[in-house]
Amino acid sequence: MTTTTKTADATKAPVAGETVLDARGVTMRFGGLTAVRDVNLTVNSGEIVGLIGPNGAGKTTFFNCLTGLYVPTEGEVRYKGQVLPPTSYKVTDAGIARTFQNIRLFHNMTVLENVLVGRHTRMKQGLWSALLRLPGFKKAEAEATEKAMELLEFIGLQDKAQHLAKNLPYGEQRKLEIARALASDPGLILLDEPTAGMNPQETRAAEELIFAIRDMGVAVLVIEHDMRFIFNLCDRVAVLVQGQKLIEGDSQTVQSDERVIAAYLGEPVAESTPEVEAPAEDAPAKDAPAKDAPAEEASSEDEATEDEPSEDDSAEDEPAEDAPEAADAPESSEDTPHDPASGKENDA
Amino acid sequence: MTTISENTQAASVAKRDEATGLIGFLPAKAARALVLGGSVLTVASCFLAWTWTPTFPGDLTYYGSPAGLQLQVLVLGLLTALFALSSYGVKGTRWLTPAGADAAVKVAALAAFGTTWYTVAAISISLGGPVNLEPGGAIVAFATLITLLGALALPFERPSVHPVDPEDTGWDQFKHRAGNGWTAFKGAFAATGTARKLPPMHSSVEILIITGILAVALGVFTYGVGTEYDELFLGFLITAGVGFAAINKSGLMQQATQLTKKHQNLTIAGAFTAAALFPFTQTDDQYATLGVYILIFATVALGLNIVVGLAGLLDLGYVAFLGVGAYAAALVSGAPTSPFGVHFPFWAAVLVGAGASLVFGVLIGAPTLRLRGDYLAIVTLGFGEIFRIAVMNTDGTSGPDITNGSNGIASIPNLNIFGFDFGAEHAIAGFTIGRFANYFFLMLLIMAVVVLVFRRSGDSRIGRAWVAIREDETAALAMGINGFRVKLIAFALGASLAGLAGTVQAHVTYTVTPEQYLFAGPIPPNSAFLLAAVVLGGMGTMSGPLVGASLLFLIPNKLQFMGEYQLFAFGVALILLMRFRPEGMIANRRNQLEFHENDETPATPVKAGA
Repeated sequence: MTTTTKTADATKAPVAGETVLDARGVTMRFGGLTAVRDVNLTVNSGEIVGLIGPNGAGKTTFFNCLTGLYVPTEGEVRYKGQVLPPTSYKVTDAGIARTFQNIRLFHNMTVLENVLVGRHTRMKQGLWSALLRLPGFKKAEAEATEKAMELLEFIGLQDKAQHLAKNLPYGEQRKLEIARALASDPGLILLDEPTAGMNPQETRAAEELIFAIRDMGVAVLVIEHDMRFIFNLCDRVAVLVQGQKLIEGDSQTVQSDERVIAAYLGEPVAESTPEVEAPAEDAPAKDAPAKDAPAEEASSEDEATEDEPSEDDSAEDEPAEDAPEAADAPESSEDTPHDPASGKENDA
Repeated sequence: MTTISENTQAASVAKRDEATGLIGFLPAKAARALVLGGSVLTVASCFLAWTWTPTFPGDLTYYGSPAGLQLQVLVLGLLTALFALSSYGVKGTRWLTPAGADAAVKVAALAAFGTTWYTVAAISISLGGPVNLEPGGAIVAFATLITLLGALALPFERPSVHPVDPEDTGWDQFKHRAGNGWTAFKGAFAATGTARKLPPMHSSVEILIITGILAVALGVFTYGVGTEYDELFLGFLITAGVGFAAINKSGLMQQATQLTKKHQNLTIAGAFTAAALFPFTQTDDQYATLGVYILIFATVALGLNIVVGLAGLLDLGYVAFLGVGAYAAALVSGAPTSPFGVHFPFWAAVLVGAGASLVFGVLIGAPTLRLRGDYLAIVTLGFGEIFRIAVMNTDGTSGPDITNGSNGIASIPNLNIFGFDFGAEHAIAGFTIGRFANYFFLMLLIMAVVVLVFRRSGDSRIGRAWVAIREDETAALAMGINGFRVKLIAFALGASLAGLAGTVQAHVTYTVTPEQYLFAGPIPPNSAFLLAAVVLGGMGTMSGPLVGASLLFLIPNKLQFMGEYQLFAFGVALILLMRFRPEGMIANRRNQLEFHENDETPATPVKAGA
C-alpha cells in the first residue's frame, strides 16, 4: 500500500487561490483550562489542509470554534473576508460545513432525508409554503431531491437512498455524513477524523473522495490521526500540541520537524537505553531518559525516511495518549516530558 | 438453527420434537383437524341458547339467532375456520393468509377462546354459577377450548435458546427456564414469513378493496361506539384487539398497508367519507355525541403529535392551549355570561381562538425553547396549571372579571353558519341529523385541516428540520437549521391547532369551565391523556393518535363500572404497552422501513486500525 503517486498528486495540486478561511489568534478557554491558545490558520481555496496533533491537543475544540459551536474567547474567524457569526447554523449558512468525529447522522431518517436536511440552508420554503403548497414549493423540493441524489451518486449510495441511516454499514455512514455536509454547497468543508475506524481499503476510498471534493472546488480542512493518510492528502499540515500551533508547512517539513516527533514520540537520544516499557507517570522531572521503546517495529514507514534519525519508523503512528501532560512550554521540546512507548502502536 | 449443547442426550431429544407445537402429544394432522372441527362447532354453537334467562344483558336465550356476545364469537369462529381452511391449502381461501396460516390460526383461536370464556364467566358470575348455562354455553366453551388446544399443538419452528447452566443458582436457573419458555411461547405465535407481494391488479379493483377495508373499519368503530353494556364492550375489546392481531399475523394487514400506501390520498379521503357516514348509521344523537367528543380529542392529539412526535418537544400542558381557544371563542360568542358583549361570526371566532393560542404558544415557547432537555416539559406543565388557576381567579373578586372564575362561561349559543343552525335537527336524505351530528361534521372539517397541516408540514423542509432536531440537535444546528426558530414554529403551530379545536369544543359543550382543562383527570381531554393517546397510538404517525384517542375516550366512557380504578387500570395498560410495544400501536413509517430492511447488514463498526 505504497502511496507515492498520491503524494505527488497532492503536491502538484495546490493553486493557492483566495483565502477561504482565516483564523486569527483563536483562543478558547474553559474556565481555567486553555484548550486552544492563539492559533492562526488559513485555508485557501483549492487546498486540502490537515490538522494533526496528539489526543487532547485541542483539534476538535478548534473545529468547534471555527463552526460556531463554541464562541472563541479571543481571536476571530473570517470566512472569505467576513467575520463568522457565533452560531453554528449561521456558519453553515455562510458556507462552512462539517462532519463529526463520532458520526452524528439522523439515525431514524432515510439516507435521502439526511442529505435533504443538509440542504436546509439552501432552500427557502417556509411553513406557509409547505402548508399551502405555494407555486415554488414543488420545484424547490424536486431540485433539492435531484441535488441530493447527485450527491448520493457522488459517494455511491444512490441505491440506498430509501434505507434508514442507522442501517448503513459504518464506512457508508461516514460517507453519508460527508454528503450531508456537501449538500449545503459549502466553500469549505471541515472533516473531523473521516477515516477513524476504517480499514486500509476504506481509507484509500476516503482519500479518493476527499480529492474529488477538492476538485469540486471545495476547500478541505481535515483532522486525522492516520499520518500516512494526512501526508498523502494534504497540501499543508498544521500541528497542534497542547492547544498551540507547533508548526505549519508541507508534509515533508512537518514530518522532519523534531518538535513534532518529540510531541508524538518523545525525545530521541543517541543510543537506546535498554529500559523496557518505562512507565511515564513519574517522568516529568527527569528529562528524556528513554523513549525509543522497543514497541515500534510494527509499523515501518516508507515515505518518511528523509532525514530522520534512527527512530523514524513510528513517526506516523497513533499519538501518545498523553504526551502533553504538563500544561506549559511545549515548544521547548528539549525538556518536555514525554512518555516513551505509548502502548498504542497499532498501525492504521 | 444449531443449539449449543447438541452433545447431551437431552438436547437431542429436544431437537427431535422441534417440529411439534406447544402441546406435544397431538400429532400435527390431528391438531389441524381439531382446529377446523372446533371452530366449526364454535360457529354452530353460536346459534344455540347459552343461558336460560334474559337477565344477562344481550338476551342469549334464543335458538337460531345469535345476539350480543354470540355475534362476536361467531365472527371469531368464522375467522378461525377460514384460517384453518387456508392452512389446509383449500383453494379460494389461500389469499387469506399471505404470511402463513398457522400463527394466524393460533391467534384467532385465542381470540375466540378469550371472548367465549369471558362470556361464559360473565354469565356464571352475574347469574350466580355455571348452572345458569344452557347446553349451548357449555358446548361453545368446550369447542373453543379444543380449538385452542388444537391450535397450540400445531407445529412451529422453535427459536433457539441457550440451555440452562447447571452451575447457576436455583433461582437463576428458574429465571433462565422461564425466559426460555417465554421465548418458545412467543415463537409459537410468531408469523412464519413476511407477506407475499400483492399480485398486480387493476387500480379500480384496488380502490374497491380499500373501500371494503374502510367499510369494515367503519363497521367495527360503529359497533364499538354503539355497544350498550359493559360486558359487550369488554367482549368487543377482546374480539377486536386479538382479532386484529390474528389478521395482522396472517399478513393481510401488511398487504392492506401496501395498498393504502399506494393510494394514500384516496385512502385519507375515503376515511373521511367513512367517518362522515357515521352519523347516518345512528338513529339518535346519543352516539354522535360520543363521536364528536372523540373527534375533538383526536384532533387535539394529532396537533400534539406535531409537537411531540415530529419535533420531539415534550409538552405536558397542551390542554391549556385547547382551553385558551375555547375560552377565547366563548368570550366572543355572545354568551350572556361573557363580560364582553360581542358576538363574532364563527370564522372570526375561529381566528380569535387560534390566534390567542398562537400568542400564548409563542409566549411560552420563546423563553424556554432555547433550552434543551426537560426544561420545556417543566415549563409547559407549569403553564397548564397557571392557565387553569388564572382562569379560576379572574372572576371579578380575586382578579379582573374576565372568565367568571370557577363557574365558567355558560350558555354558549349554538353556531349558525350561513343560516345553518347547528342547534337544530336537520333532515338530510331522509336521515335526521341532530345537534351533535352537526358538530360532528364541523369537527370533521377541522380535523381535515389538522390532517392536512400535519401531512404537508411533515413532508417538507420544515418537517425534516423538526425530525432532525428530534434526532440530534447539535448535528441539526451544524446542518444550518435554526433550531430555536424551527422549534418555535412547531410549538406555535401545535398550539394554534389546539386552539382551533377549542373554538368548536366551546360550542359543543355549551359551557367552558377551568375544570375541563386539567393535567390529569378521569375525563379524556386532559394533558396526560393527550400525551398518552400520542404515545399509545404511535408517535410521529398520523393514524396513531387517532386510534389512541378513540380508544382512550371510549374505554373510560364505556367501562363505567371501573369507576375510580380507571386511572389505575389505564396506568397498568400504559406500562404493559410500553414494555411490549414501545413504538405504539401503529408503528412509524420509518420504523416500518426498518422492519422491511432484511437485505441489509446491520451497522457494525468495522474495527480496523486505530
